[in-house]
Amino acid sequence: MTSPRPWLQGALLAAGSVVFLFPLWWMVVVSLETPERAGAAMTGSDGIALWPRDPQWGNYAEALAEMGSEPWVGFINALANSIVVTTLVVVGTVLSSSLVGFAFARLRWRGSGVLFTVMLATMMLPGQVTLIPLFLLFRGLGWIDTILPLAVPAFFGNAFFIFMYRQFILQVPESLVEAAKVDGHGWLGIWWTVILPLCRPVTAICAVFTFIGTWNDFMGPLVYLHAEEQSTLAVALNSFRNQYGGLDDVHLLMAASLVTMLPCIILFIAAQRQFVEGLARGAVKG
Amino acid sequence: MAEVILQSVGKVYPGGVRAVQGVDLHVRHGEFIVLVGPSGCGKSTTLRMVAGLEEISEGRITIGGRVVNDIAPSDRDIAMVFQNYALYPHMTVGRNMSFGLERRRRHGSLLRALLSPAYAAERRAETARIQERVDGAADLLGLQPLLHRMPRELSGGQRQRVAVGRAIVRDPAVFLFDEPLSNLDAKLRGEMRTELRILHRRLGATMMYVTHDQEEAMGLADRIVVMKDGIVQQVGSPTELYERPVNRFVAGFIGTPTMNIVEGDVERDGGVLALRWAGGRITLPAGIAVTGTRASIGIRPDTLAPVADGPFRGTVQSIEFLGDRADVLVASSGVRLNARLPTERARGLREGDTIALGMPGVAHVFDGDGRRAG
Repeated sequence: MTSPRPWLQGALLAAGSVVFLFPLWWMVVVSLETPERAGAAMTGSDGIALWPRDPQWGNYAEALAEMGSEPWVGFINALANSIVVTTLVVVGTVLSSSLVGFAFARLRWRGSGVLFTVMLATMMLPGQVTLIPLFLLFRGLGWIDTILPLAVPAFFGNAFFIFMYRQFILQVPESLVEAAKVDGHGWLGIWWTVILPLCRPVTAICAVFTFIGTWNDFMGPLVYLHAEEQSTLAVALNSFRNQYGGLDDVHLLMAASLVTMLPCIILFIAAQRQFVEGLARGAVKG
Repeated sequence: MAEVILQSVGKVYPGGVRAVQGVDLHVRHGEFIVLVGPSGCGKSTTLRMVAGLEEISEGRITIGGRVVNDIAPSDRDIAMVFQNYALYPHMTVGRNMSFGLERRRRHGSLLRALLSPAYAAERRAETARIQERVDGAADLLGLQPLLHRMPRELSGGQRQRVAVGRAIVRDPAVFLFDEPLSNLDAKLRGEMRTELRILHRRLGATMMYVTHDQEEAMGLADRIVVMKDGIVQQVGSPTELYERPVNRFVAGFIGTPTMNIVEGDVERDGGVLALRWAGGRITLPAGIAVTGTRASIGIRPDTLAPVADGPFRGTVQSIEFLGDRADVLVASSGVRLNARLPTERARGLREGDTIALGMPGVAHVFDGDGRRAG
């Protein structure tokens, strides 16, 4: 099969990227508009604006200051909460999933095959099904209104990422593990010093997906955290939308939404190479 | 340096597969011993049991006077060089070499070094000692310019050298090599073989080496252990194995080209024994006792030569010139014989010619079960 001409490939990719990037760009444009023009952009009464006529950079400061009941405090609280929860969940998921994946890939014990199948089966359960039992469990533990229900489960692995790690680790030569044993490492040492560094492509995928999933998670914080000062950005943004969702304030909503999205975009760009490498090397293939 | 003693060592895998059985072996101080045999003969399993990477099902292994059956690989005072080098891909050559020592540091904690100047001084001295050992091994193997490179930036030969360097740095009692040269091309393999031999002499260390290549074994070993189906067939020096193989398997396995085997019926004429096969008859040397009616003789290809009234008359099937020698394959009635002749003697031969081959005497006679007779 001959590959299509380079210019045609380029044109198709450019067209495709326009489709995906336009909504983001439109958000940027609206976030920088005056209230009147932003409202008009929403209704389409003034056509589609591709460039802000008079960029209102102050919109960003205004939007963030308006989040929550006290100026700036609501935003800073939500940002800090999001950072803490996301960091804990990402670290917990990477550590626990790689450790369990390593065990499934390299340790032989009676029943490991059955256990692996059971673990995979848990992926079939929709989150909504376990929401109420989990809520009852965490309430029983007295964890409601703390970040524990959001962070602790991450330290018990994620079935999909465990599977990914296991598949990747199976490709690591056994002799590397044996060399580390001869060098004096136990299973934990081998995992930490040899396996985990070699799993960088999977870790990039796991970290990026988990980060985006947790950063944008709305349901978890909404169910388990009730006080305003405990809100994460996703929940704070929702309150903000309830408050400023009208046509007059849509520029502020777009500004706040963009700021909320920013870490995900930066992370993806930073981890892009590892991420694509991981996908290309079959890290997610069976 | 240490002795390694294997006493009735066996390995049974779950499901009852017996990979190794009843291995008795005494590897002396500073000896270079090579375990050789075909695939699946149990040589690697035996080495891995010595390394501690494989559990010992039966028997006892002693290293340096200490029974190591239940001792972890890292505490057996061994270093192992693997077939695929097993270099950590995410570490530089230098770090690969120091990794084992870093693990054994007594003053490794950075936190304690920050809190206690005395500890920090000890830590620095320890780091310097490790670096010294890495540098020493790197100098020995010519690895100094590569210390900051990553394994992926090295050629196969360089990687192998790093793997050996990593073992040397640890200054172990016993070096274990598991087919370390099989991933290299023929030329490099030859060079590395010589280097290993020189290295053994310089270090004077006890080395156990596994290979399926009998030529490699002959070139490297002080003594060779030939294994088949998990059982040791013979232990001896390369010359011993070549000149007095204890059975047909060893006779056929050791030596290039492979020894010719002619099988036939034993004829007893008074006290004289002879072997008769479809194409001829040959008198066996006096003093050889063969029980049973079947036997075989082994003839090294380089002992065969064209002789007018030689016992093996047949047709030349192929001639392979190898420079100063030529391998001539002759089909005699019932047997095919390979003769390695000096090129000048093979020059006049053509495929299809009739030729008679003979030899000075019968060196190897095996009874019906393949055991050496006499």
